Amino acid sequence: MKEKETQKKAVAIYIMGKKFFVPEGSTIMSALEYSGYQLKRGAGCREGFCGACATVYRLKGDYKLRTGLACQTVVEDEMLIAQIPFVPVVKPVYDVNRIEPTIAVFKNLYPEVFRCVACNTCTKACPQDINVMDYVNAVERGDIEKAAHVSFDCIRCGLCALRCPAEIAQFNVGILAQRLYGKYLAPGSSQLEQRVKEIKSGKFDDEMSCIKKKELAELKKMYYERDIEPGEKG
Amino acid sequence: MYPEYMQDSLKKVEASRPSRLRLSREKGREHIFPAMTAAQREEVLQKFHPDYKKIAKRPLRIGVNKGESITTEVADILEAYSRINPDVFDLNHPDMETDVLIVGGGSAACSAALLAEQEGVNVLLVTKLRLGDSNSIMAQGGIQAAVNPQDSPIRHYLDVMGGGHFDNKPELVEALSMDAPLVIDWLIELGVMFDRNPDGSLKTRHGGGTSRTRMLSCKDYSGSGILRVLRDEIECRKERIRVIDFSPVVELIMDTDGRVAGAILQNFETDEYFIVKSKAVILATGGMGRLHIQGFPTTNHYGATCDGVVLGYRAGARLIYMDSVQYHPTGAVFPEQILGFLVTEKVRGLGGQPVNKDGYLFVFPLEPRDVESSAFIRECVENHNGVKTPSGQQGIWLDSPIIEELEGVGTVERELPAMVRQFKRFNIDITKEPMLVYPTLHFQNGGLDVNARCETSVPGLYAAGEVQGGTHGRNRLMGNSQLEITVFGRRAGTFAAQYAKSLEKTSDLTLEHVRKYNREVEKIGIDPARVSPILLPDYIPNHVKERQLTSHYLGAIRG
Ligand SMILES: Cc1cc2nc3c(=O)[nH]c(=O)nc-3n(C[C@H](O)[C@H](O)[C@H](O)COP(=O)(O)OP(=O)(O)OC[C@H]3O[C@@H](n4cnc5c(N)ncnc54)[C@H](O)[C@@H]3O)c2cc1C
Ligand code: SF4
Ligand code: SF4
Ligand code: FES
Repeated sequence: MKEKETQKKAVAIYIMGKKFFVPEGSTIMSALEYSGYQLKRGAGCREGFCGACATVYRLKGDYKLRTGLACQTVVEDEMLIAQIPFVPVVKPVYDVNRIEPTIAVFKNLYPEVFRCVACNTCTKACPQDINVMDYVNAVERGDIEKAAHVSFDCIRCGLCALRCPAEIAQFNVGILAQRLYGKYLAPGSSQLEQRVKEIKSGKFDDEMSCIKKKELAELKKMYYERDIEPGEKG
Repeated sequence: MYPEYMQDSLKKVEASRPSRLRLSREKGREHIFPAMTAAQREEVLQKFHPDYKKIAKRPLRIGVNKGESITTEVADILEAYSRINPDVFDLNHPDMETDVLIVGGGSAACSAALLAEQEGVNVLLVTKLRLGDSNSIMAQGGIQAAVNPQDSPIRHYLDVMGGGHFDNKPELVEALSMDAPLVIDWLIELGVMFDRNPDGSLKTRHGGGTSRTRMLSCKDYSGSGILRVLRDEIECRKERIRVIDFSPVVELIMDTDGRVAGAILQNFETDEYFIVKSKAVILATGGMGRLHIQGFPTTNHYGATCDGVVLGYRAGARLIYMDSVQYHPTGAVFPEQILGFLVTEKVRGLGGQPVNKDGYLFVFPLEPRDVESSAFIRECVENHNGVKTPSGQQGIWLDSPIIEELEGVGTVERELPAMVRQFKRFNIDITKEPMLVYPTLHFQNGGLDVNARCETSVPGLYAAGEVQGGTHGRNRLMGNSQLEITVFGRRAGTFAAQYAKSLEKTSDLTLEHVRKYNREVEKIGIDPARVSPILLPDYIPNHVKERQLTSHYLGAIRG
């Protein structure tokens, strides 16, 4: 069993054209830092959840501009890197209580959606492997439920919009679909409604003030003797 | 892909799976391993929890909590000078004025902004990175709320108290469990897509320490599912909520009547400083994972550097439970690129099992986090049953493929898409192979001492979210933090706005508290180079630092 790693091999990378040597296996983000960059923009969660670290890069001997998350992409030898941590897209303002979950809302707020040329560039650009075109098309058809679900894993990195020839801000379209679905179209929960009523009517108030006053020993006893609901099936 | 030498151990995990599966089916998931008694919990904590090590704490020498033992790394940044020179600011000419200033860009800050705006006051939200870059957006597992008929806020209360070993502040736990269903209702009204059963009821699961299934989720993007909606709503109310990003607060401003009355911002890109005058200030700055306590890797976002605690403490706000840090039992240890990243507790909620190098279960999978973490450490350090990684770390297998057998093929992909994606990037298919995990620095249990109205001990200063202490005692249960930030974010927004409206006169602004604090720091002989809040962790390697030889800095270069 090899326990200690031998000295790591170095690979050459170009940060906006300038050459640096960094350890093999680094992510783009750790490579930037290893090279001496103090990141301010371009780093957020560092774990693939926030979309702050959108990056474009090119590989040796390849003409294609590729896209990825700096915190999730491992460097390769002779990689050329530039971060694009901000995309100046339109963000219309709306009152979610005053719009209806219909295609008309999108026609009004995001007319460019209907000019999608179905080139699928957005899907190829997406570091989350979301079928971006699919949700854009779902919106075009007025299938808000599908658009909401397909776009759900979007982390708003902006890379799809950067590449879109129809100038669509896909991620903003996606969040609107999600909000409309969550608020208007998802089936409601009668249990939740009931519980909210109970709380507002003060049903638990007496019991709460009683348990709050319990002696420590008694509370402990209650805790260790409480029954545990069986988990989900299985 | 796992290295060759781990294959033996992986085979043992596979070999023991059928019997573990049988156990789970026959006895029920909650009986596959005996849960620890109170005495057993205490023993494993004492011997193996990082908080119990001698070096973990030291007495604080200055400020309101002087004499109390707190986490060493936190004491270091509290015993530090201000970043600013209080003498150069002309406080008679503020650059901005507002009613409520909210500091932070996570779900606590966003909830506060929305509720404060509803009170009809002017709101300014300032944050260090982008709006939304936060721990909030990273939460995977879920948010607790007693929404089922067989559950109740009272049970929720009891579970929270027990999980926190009964050190929690009861009034905060009451607010937490009673507000929970109301907050979920509010979030749905804003458009959050919680997971549901076909009949519309909300999907609920167990989390560590829950006695009823109470964990709601948005797949394993729960935090993002909530925060993206709050952020979108703030962007829709931009007429009345002003947002300034990349502008951390570096110091609070007070007035001559001892109230907090504003803050100094640093434009992160130009290094200009701005004076904000505000009737009330809400600190919603989150946690401190990036202090890397005891060298642990962390799950936290880049800006989690304990700033709010420092800012509040300098202004005289009392701290509570800053001697306690949460280590999440399941941080990734392999591959190295994702060291410390969170593997959500939902994996165990779905039936995933922690097993040692020989494929044996050694602990009940859903003990409270501190107990579970300590049991993992014991299994590796004392029992030598961990799996070594190529970089010399140790880990425990977290058997995720068993979920596919327990809950049906496709469950892992459907319920844990973020996890599947994370590991797939490194050629590990968690529907077929387990993950290798070890405790990782996760959560700031303590923080600014507040009441259920989110008031700190200083008038005008409110705190909400991870920066507040007391709700969880010294151990938080999964799903109660996402709840805490929305419950108390909303409360802070409302109460701070009402306070701002009721304030009849304002007095002159002052930074005298900073001068006074600096003098105390000087008295205990601290090196003038030690300043705080630290704002960002320092990951520049030594070979670069050795060449950063500039001897005199002008303008916005390195400071
Ligand atoms: C990976 C991960 C997974 C988690 N999973 C769960 C879960 O499943 N369930 C659960 O309940 N909890 C979970 N948690 C915990 C929970 O998400 C956090 O505790 C919670 O989101 C904290 O919210 P907050 O708004 O208080 O702070 P944050 O969301 O961290 O926001 C703090 C904000 O303040 C800003 N800030 C910091 N300092 C300054 C400054 N000086 N000036 C201006 N702005 C500043 C930051 O940039 C950030 O935007 C998880 C945490 C992590 C890290
Ligand atoms: S859909 Fe667009 S913004 Fe969202 S993750 Fe994919 S590329 Fe990024
Ligand atoms: S890139 Fe733009 S035009 Fe092309 S498919 Fe995607 S949304 Fe349509
Ligand atoms: S830093 Fe958040 S996705 Fe990369």
